[in-house]
Amino acid sequence: MAERSFRAEVEHLRKGAGEIFTGEGILAITKALLENGVGYVGGYQGAPISHLMDVLADAQDLLAELGVRFEANANEAAAAAMLAASVHYPIRGACTFKGPVGVNVASDALANLSSSGVTGGALVIVGEDYGEGSSIMQERTHAFAMKSQFWLLDPRPDLPSIVKAVGDGFALSEASNTPVMLMVRIRACHVTGSFICRDNVRPQLSVEKALSAPRSDFARVVLPPMSYAHEIDKVKNRRPAAERFVVERGLNETFGPAQSKVGIVLQGGMYNGVVRALQRLGLADLYGDTQVPLLVLNVTWPLVASEFLDWAAGKEAVLVVEEGQPDFIETQLGAFLYRAGATVRLHGKDVLPMAGEYTGQVMLDGLTAFLKAAAPELLPAQVRAPNLDRPPVPDLTRTVPIRPPGFCTGCPERPIFAAMKLVEKELGKHQISADIGCHLFGALPPFEIGGATMGYGLGPAANGAFDGGGERRPVSIIGDGGFWHNGLSSSFTNMVFNRSDGVALIVDNYYSAATGGQDLMSSRAKNPTKATGHPIAEALKGVGVGWIRQVDRTYDVGRMRDVLREALTTQAEGPKVVIASSECMLNRQRRERPLRQQAIREGRRVEAPRFGVDEDICTGDHACIRLSGCPSLGLKRLDDPLRDDPVAHIDTSCVGCGNCGEVAEAAVLCPSFYEARVVHNPGRFEAWRARVAARLRGWLTARRAARRLDFAG
Amino acid sequence: MTRQGPVPAAGTAGVIKLAIMAVGGQGGGVLTGWIEDLARANGHACQATSVAGVSQRTGATMYYIEMAPAGERTPVFALMPAAGDVDILIAAEWMEAGRAIIRGFVTPDRTVLIASTHRIHAVSEKAQPGDGIAPAEEVAAAARVAARAVIAADFDAAAVAEGSVISAALFGGLAAAGVLPFPRAAFEAAIRGSGGRGAEASLRAFAAGFEAALAGAAAEAGGSAAAGAGAGAGRLRAVRGPARLVAEWDRLAARAAALPAPVAGMAAHGLRKVVDFQDPAYGADYLGRLDSVLARDDPAQGWLLTREAARHIANAMAYDDVIGVADRKTRGQRFARIRAETGAAEGALVRVTEYFHPRAEEIVGLFPAGLGARIAASPRRMDRIGRWFGRGRRVRSDGVAGFLLLHALAGLRGWRRRTLRHAGEVAHLEAWLDAALDFLPDYGLAVEAIRARRLVKGYSDTHARGLGKFDRVLEGMRMVRGREDAADWGRRLIAAALKDEEGKALDGALATVRSFL
Repeated sequence: MAERSFRAEVEHLRKGAGEIFTGEGILAITKALLENGVGYVGGYQGAPISHLMDVLADAQDLLAELGVRFEANANEAAAAAMLAASVHYPIRGACTFKGPVGVNVASDALANLSSSGVTGGALVIVGEDYGEGSSIMQERTHAFAMKSQFWLLDPRPDLPSIVKAVGDGFALSEASNTPVMLMVRIRACHVTGSFICRDNVRPQLSVEKALSAPRSDFARVVLPPMSYAHEIDKVKNRRPAAERFVVERGLNETFGPAQSKVGIVLQGGMYNGVVRALQRLGLADLYGDTQVPLLVLNVTWPLVASEFLDWAAGKEAVLVVEEGQPDFIETQLGAFLYRAGATVRLHGKDVLPMAGEYTGQVMLDGLTAFLKAAAPELLPAQVRAPNLDRPPVPDLTRTVPIRPPGFCTGCPERPIFAAMKLVEKELGKHQISADIGCHLFGALPPFEIGGATMGYGLGPAANGAFDGGGERRPVSIIGDGGFWHNGLSSSFTNMVFNRSDGVALIVDNYYSAATGGQDLMSSRAKNPTKATGHPIAEALKGVGVGWIRQVDRTYDVGRMRDVLREALTTQAEGPKVVIASSECMLNRQRRERPLRQQAIREGRRVEAPRFGVDEDICTGDHACIRLSGCPSLGLKRLDDPLRDDPVAHIDTSCVGCGNCGEVAEAAVLCPSFYEARVVHNPGRFEAWRARVAARLRGWLTARRAARRLDFAG
Repeated sequence: MTRQGPVPAAGTAGVIKLAIMAVGGQGGGVLTGWIEDLARANGHACQATSVAGVSQRTGATMYYIEMAPAGERTPVFALMPAAGDVDILIAAEWMEAGRAIIRGFVTPDRTVLIASTHRIHAVSEKAQPGDGIAPAEEVAAAARVAARAVIAADFDAAAVAEGSVISAALFGGLAAAGVLPFPRAAFEAAIRGSGGRGAEASLRAFAAGFEAALAGAAAEAGGSAAAGAGAGAGRLRAVRGPARLVAEWDRLAARAAALPAPVAGMAAHGLRKVVDFQDPAYGADYLGRLDSVLARDDPAQGWLLTREAARHIANAMAYDDVIGVADRKTRGQRFARIRAETGAAEGALVRVTEYFHPRAEEIVGLFPAGLGARIAASPRRMDRIGRWFGRGRRVRSDGVAGFLLLHALAGLRGWRRRTLRHAGEVAHLEAWLDAALDFLPDYGLAVEAIRARRLVKGYSDTHARGLGKFDRVLEGMRMVRGREDAADWGRRLIAAALKDEEGKALDGALATVRSFL
């Protein structure tokens, strides 16, 4: 981990009974794992659950004291597979990744685990990346729980509820011999709040001790005929046990009056949004005391028919608040009502949208529509007959530019895509597939390199159909994260085995950078608990890639362009792989900036470069920006009536990576760029030499100025 | 956008709802942390959420905070802002304020908008070859209608001046707005409480933001648009130099001043530019060219043709050649300006490295016109010269050797009028002026043809592409010549040519022109 230290957060994990924890939801989950006697934890990083991984990685001392094993897994499949330890041993285990993409990767292991069943509690913590700020396709993890028959928790999004769900999840898992998934939405992972801690608990049986008394039972193996028995066991025993547990322990909650003609049944994660809508309608107070009955499903799979029917009895209409599609819960609840011969009217996706996040406005509109239809007398008069009298606000939708995420200032990936763009100017447009990671921003303007992504580690595999080659070679792009996640096997062995003629470009920035800078196999940093320093090139050679070029300073745009051109034109057979390596600038700056400041204060010699544009040389054509897109390279309007267009301008956030100068040089753009390198605490000789040069410059400049008109004042 | 009417907020009475809209990397998380600490330390229950992830990286992002006086029970807070239900909206960048207004988070009944007027240009704005900057004044106008109160100031500049980042200055702006029930000292305590070496700089930026907000609120109350960017009139400084040259200059300046009023101002700027580029004699040439345009102009049109010509002839005459670049890189004030921009401390050195990539064209352009033209006509010779000189060169212009090289190149100014480049520029200039004046009596079209010179800019490939677009636009103008709306089409063609690099929009516009001919 190069990015930062989580020592302060680790201290939170040591809190004892009665102490108050205040912080983020995902960190509360981490603490709750330790309070519930977890024996091992694994996972794969990704928003919004990276924090859990980062903090545990920094908490090695605490974990060692408790006898807990922490594993930074190679990918989500590996993380889920680790839960196999809970199949035979009464050890509580947990793993975490983001959903639904991580769940997709993990689904093989999750399906096998669900078939085998578990002895110790097995908890899968999924950060559901849905709605605003999400970086992935919009799907639901819910379907996996249904198909594999593991149980899905969706707790109310406040810290005490989330923490309670961790303990409930382990207990439910053990009571029903079934893995349990705890789903937390992106905002709930980052929500702040407080809860009262309990003491951390050592696992009843540690994984280390389990190795001294190995167990096996062929009845747990997923082979016929046991696999048939597993399926029967799921529906005959495990699910009824789970339903009993849900009802007896009251995992789902009810709020509001017992008698009412209407009610709302909702996913636990929707609770705050529903209450806010009720608050705005004057039907709930600040503390959630509501006039409309609520059935809060903290367990969204399995659904318990009896519990729902009891609650719905006597009501005329019920609204289901279920975010995302398809409407699994609404369909199931409808079937319950129909089978019971009930006459309750069921609303849901008729008043709420089928797709998209349930934002404040969506929720308010949906609840209002439901209540207008089912119980208009509950609504305040204003809502029943809205009287909108506001001055119209000018429409800004055509004024405000979109601002998608992009490469950071000084990002070493920017010059790679600038080089790609230059090569395409020479050789024409190519078929390009991309992977998952920061490099995917290359698909956006100003680069527009790459057209599709098929998943993590699958960039080169996504070009499989083109492996046979043609007039122009197919190009694929993959990051070092994707390479080690499963790219080596799924993409590169696939290329070698199929004698691909394609070009693969590996963007190696030393970390799993997009997820927060976690170390990888090929990271250069020394990590006390992980084996780093395994070069990607060695792995490629090992699987039989013959043509490998490594560029160790991506900012050298000219060399980057030449290597890419060579890969696209060489006569060599088989896959052509270019490894473009430079450290993630965000991580590098976070590490180096404080060190540099300290060195300057201590009087040591430090060079600090940054770049600038001579505004009287820049003509305002912005060609440099179209090959860069750097956030620090913006525009500036000049105070000169002769000029029409704003000129390029570099602001103080420049980190001096040199990309703009290199691009201007490689693309033969213009001579406006200069590097200004500040030498702090210079040596005596260089200071003397600089004084001599300055004197000479001064003399020459003054001499010439004396013979011409000076307009600058 | 359709929205429910005003609804009673009784259920959340006493709750303060605050949203922060920012660009990833601006420190919105730090600001959120301070506000949370502030609220909790002052007897409030508080909840914050964010959607971090990849939106951190330079994309638009949002943080949301709710707080209420703490009591026995825990309030149920929302995890995201709702349209029409936000009390305080902090926008860390001016277009993000616009985005907040679009999303309905700024409403006149309740929202105090605290926004930084500085701009971080989106890629779509800055990638255009022309001026793609979104109009800031439109957001200002909308903000005045949409918000209960607007506090707009350049919080970024305030923070940078104190060696800090915008989050601290915005926190100061929030304190100054007086919308949270906490005294200024409580805000400062929150910054100190978060610790870290940056706390002192943050406190200074906090104070600067506090003052800037007060000034910004006053400006808003006075009715002046707080957010305004745009070229000023361009102040002209006095001229200094040898007496003989100053006397020559004064004669030229008097000639320019004697031009019709609408032209004189622009001509004064243009004259400075060309004399600064070459010498007073060149300035006389400039005024001579203006006179020839003026002779064909129409006072009834307000001398628009000559005014535009004053601008574009100056730009064309002060073309970008090696001599000019070397001259501007070795001017006296430049090193002082660069040093000031780096903020280098006393005793630190500043080394300046120039990034050049001359091509054979630039080298041969320095040759005498006759010889140069012969060489330029021979691909073999051009190739050889390209191999010898045409590669990326980094010149340490602060060092003795590098400075001498550039100084010597700049000294070729006296030679310039004899170079191949100059001959080419003069030929192009004259052909352009002839073509433009040839459109008369269609006055509007002639003005647009003058304005088309704007397309020629940049260096090497970009310059070549610009020339190509310029030629095609003039050709398009010839096609529409004689139509009543010819000038409108001329304007459209120029705008299209500035839309994208490859000229796709221009191709489309030309195709349209051909379709109705």
